[in-house]
Amino acid sequence: MEHIRNFCIIAHIDHGKSTLADRLIQTTQTVSDREMQAQLLDDMDLERERGITIKSHAIQMYFPFEGKEYTFNLIDTPGHVDFSYEVSRSIAACEGALLVVDAAQGIEAQTISNLYLAMEHDLEVIPVLNKIDLPGAMIEEVSDQIIDLIGCEKEDIIHASAKEGIGITEILEAIVHRIPSPKGNPDEPLQAMIFDSVFNSYRGIEVFFRVFNGTLKKGDHVKFVNTGKTYGADEIGVLRLQHEPKKEISAGNVGYLISGIKVAKEVKVGDTITHVDNPTQRQVKGFEDVKPMVFAGIYPVETSEFEELRASMEKLQLNDASLVWEPETSAALGFGFRCGFLGMLHMEIVQERLEREFDMTVITTVPSVRFHAIKENGDVVKVSAPSELPESNTLSHVEEPYIRAQIITKSEFIGPVIALCMDKRGEIKNQVYLTSDRVELTFELPLAEIVFDFFDRLKTISRGYASLDYELIGYKKSTMVKLDIMLNGEGVDALSAVVHRDKAYEWGKRLCEKLRELLPRQMFEIAIQAAIGQKIIARETVKAMRKNVLAKCYGGDISRKRKLLEKQKKGKKRMRQVGNVEIPQEAFMAVLKLDQ
Amino acid sequence: MAGIYLHIPFCKQACHYCNFHFSTQLNYKSEMIAALCQEVEIRHGEISEPITSIYFGGGTPSLLAANELEAIFSALRSYFEIAPKAEITLEANPDDLDQEKLSMLKESGINRLSIGIQSFDDDSLKYCNRAHDSSEAASCLKLAKDAGFTNISADLMYALPGTDLDHWAKDLQRLLLFSPRHISLYGLTIEERTVFGKWQTLGKLDEVPEVKAADQYRLAIEVLSNAGYDHYEVSNFAKPGYHSRHNTSYWQGAPYLGIGPGAHSYNGKARGANISNNQTYMRAIRSDQLPIEWEQLSDLDKLNEYLFTGLRTNKGIDLNIIKEQFGKHLYDDYKALLSDFATRGLLTKTNNNIRLTSEGFMIADEITWRLFYDT
Ligand SMILES: Nc1nc2c(ncn2[C@@H]2O[C@H](COP(=O)(O)OP(=O)(O)OP(=O)(O)O)[C@@H](O)[C@H]2O)c(=O)[nH]1
Ligand code: SF4
Ligand SMILES: [Mg+2]
Repeated sequence: MEHIRNFCIIAHIDHGKSTLADRLIQTTQTVSDREMQAQLLDDMDLERERGITIKSHAIQMYFPFEGKEYTFNLIDTPGHVDFSYEVSRSIAACEGALLVVDAAQGIEAQTISNLYLAMEHDLEVIPVLNKIDLPGAMIEEVSDQIIDLIGCEKEDIIHASAKEGIGITEILEAIVHRIPSPKGNPDEPLQAMIFDSVFNSYRGIEVFFRVFNGTLKKGDHVKFVNTGKTYGADEIGVLRLQHEPKKEISAGNVGYLISGIKVAKEVKVGDTITHVDNPTQRQVKGFEDVKPMVFAGIYPVETSEFEELRASMEKLQLNDASLVWEPETSAALGFGFRCGFLGMLHMEIVQERLEREFDMTVITTVPSVRFHAIKENGDVVKVSAPSELPESNTLSHVEEPYIRAQIITKSEFIGPVIALCMDKRGEIKNQVYLTSDRVELTFELPLAEIVFDFFDRLKTISRGYASLDYELIGYKKSTMVKLDIMLNGEGVDALSAVVHRDKAYEWGKRLCEKLRELLPRQMFEIAIQAAIGQKIIARETVKAMRKNVLAKCYGGDISRKRKLLEKQKKGKKRMRQVGNVEIPQEAFMAVLKLDQ
Repeated sequence: MAGIYLHIPFCKQACHYCNFHFSTQLNYKSEMIAALCQEVEIRHGEISEPITSIYFGGGTPSLLAANELEAIFSALRSYFEIAPKAEITLEANPDDLDQEKLSMLKESGINRLSIGIQSFDDDSLKYCNRAHDSSEAASCLKLAKDAGFTNISADLMYALPGTDLDHWAKDLQRLLLFSPRHISLYGLTIEERTVFGKWQTLGKLDEVPEVKAADQYRLAIEVLSNAGYDHYEVSNFAKPGYHSRHNTSYWQGAPYLGIGPGAHSYNGKARGANISNNQTYMRAIRSDQLPIEWEQLSDLDKLNEYLFTGLRTNKGIDLNIIKEQFGKHLYDDYKALLSDFATRGLLTKTNNNIRLTSEGFMIADEITWRLFYDT
């Protein structure tokens, strides 16, 4: 056990975690040169295409050093704020962390938030100043920032270039020397923690775990403490690039378990695995439940595919424990699910994964945060869909979630950043200079205001020099109203939204305009109206189609034309009908495009 | 009833709106004619019944010289039985139609001319890069009559950029002075891979808004009906007895043979399309290969084709045919939709027949696909 090191790599987005992981994997000859490729661990198509890490990835390496053979369990983590939950899960399985900082960018918002996560769990932090090969690297300046932040010595910071392979041996040695070996007793009752799971269509669910105490042997009879379910450990092993079966995994080590689990709900990240006979009395302190930030309806494009969608979401949930949902019905869309997401990127990714991995095209409705509606009788109703808002005559008031946002930017952009946050109903709480021209601003803002386009606008006004991190701080009273959209006089529930009174007019107007662009013309005029209660606050019209007939079927090319018309018919199947108006799926996502 | 379509894939210059298959390279025209004749020979077995209509389309068939036309006719005559009263149409552009050309065409056996007038307005003609001007547009109609052509069809285009209802009324009036027996009206559609298509993406095209285009179409229907023309198909108008037989056979599901690159064929069961590339076409034919792709039609494909070709004509569709040939009860299957269309004045229904009104013709595509059956 003293030759095991469990660590994760944490950083702000794009600072080079996955590339550093590549170098460590390569230098320890964990994969052959033939198998090597850039950001090797980012194995989802979506990750490779977008060039970002979405999910944590664990891999085991061997490192012979000073005459001993060390076993490293590395977990690469995502940097995007939506996935900070993944970071906290990984951290719980480790004793140490490599904190990577881009030498050309310096400390940014997620550098700080991820560092605090690591410190909370008492991890040994090794600061790595990465990308020193870049001409814009500010080695001195960023080193000072790091020293300030962690309170370490200058010599503790390892200068590296993951791209050029500089500093890699130093890092490997520091892992051995500085990160403590795991503590625990292989002879005590089994106490292992589930930190991840993936679904494999051939083998069922693979559970990834870290053993804190005891030893898990192949064939053992095990129990998941939280769910109370028992299984046989059909196969266990370690997480080499290809999984490598083992006879046993004992205290301190990380491994995988295959036990024929088919039902997603049975695997809860954070749950404890123990033996059925001689169970542990110490349950691992689980993670906090994931807190979804954004809620939206997800509906199958073809109404008949509801059950298929449910099955797909269940499978997806297996390797995305942060996805939560419950069934929901909409008059406009039929049967679907109200889902909670960690943020908009997460929502986008879920939608894309459903499409790619499960071939399910879905309609996503207006995203919303979760409000608290306080009724006259004191009851609190959690409102994550506009339809859940109680009738106004029973409603006392509404509270909305607030966040504390940390924004790090260059001092020249302070003015515009503050103006933006004010416009978003924010309040500035603090302003700290990290260096003479880098400043950390703290705001309290309604979560609803940053969900949509906040980050893009922040990037724009700061010409890219701003990073954002946030956490939920609680609820505050707000004057929220329900805004409804009507098409030819009929309400479309899936287009309703709960918005702040001061923003309702603007919202209604822009949504009506957007819908006018997105609704196909029909044989009659379509009136689009936005209303608060009985009051119409905006209106647009889609003119009736006046002419739609191809003039000429030339030279008898009749099949081409038939196919054109058949295509239109197919398109209609993907639309929803409210009253006599046909609504294409994009229209339900119109809100997301309000700023474009 | 059976037809032959011959595609003459050459034009003097490319009109800015046109995405038909043609080349402006005329130097290998005679080789192409030889290939067409050879295709006639290769495929003669495909149709055994007498040919009731022959149609030279393009491209610009009026570019054909006397010997070329003669070569094609002699190939056709040696391999097919051409009905004595067959309709033999040739598409022509005004700039080609001088006295000499016209008498040559007449002598060769062409008995119907379809002339691409498009407009009598010089600005419009120039804007579209047509090869003729307004005076040629007018003179060719007169010369054609003088040459003894009685069955003349003229094409006009509406909704050309920069035109308004007045322009259009004037164009119609000028055309009516020559009282052609048949008129085809084509609303400008902007196609990809044309100059107009490019201008449209660049935002440089002064398109006539749909509502205005609809007004132009509506006006034409009114003017031509008053002048005694029968609006027998979405884009076609004819004096009694002068419907285009060739086109009508397309709509009635009669077999036709399409000769030439990009030409289409139908044999009652499958639709064929020749490759739309002159060189590949000629190469294939030279080595006795047919560069054609066939697509078998299912019963429902045929039904959908029947619906859309039928609804484009003033005869409409016959519910008995749909029941007997395809086993479908259109009226029951689309009851609510049909009565909705009827109350909107888009179609009329009598016993066993459904036909579109003039207003229905305007959005015929939109109505038709809604009545399609899933294939
Ligand atoms: N010049 C230079 N570029 C680097 C270095 N390390 C990483 N990069 C580049 O930085 C970009 C981001 O690298 P990744 O390794 O994907 O960063 P990451 O931190 O894993 O990103 P997320 O997982 O999305 O948070 C890629 O284009 C890398 O090629 C380095 O040392 N020098
Ligand atoms: S419109 Fe006729 S003449 Fe003009 S390019 Fe097209 S085929 Fe040729
Ligand atoms: Mg990464």
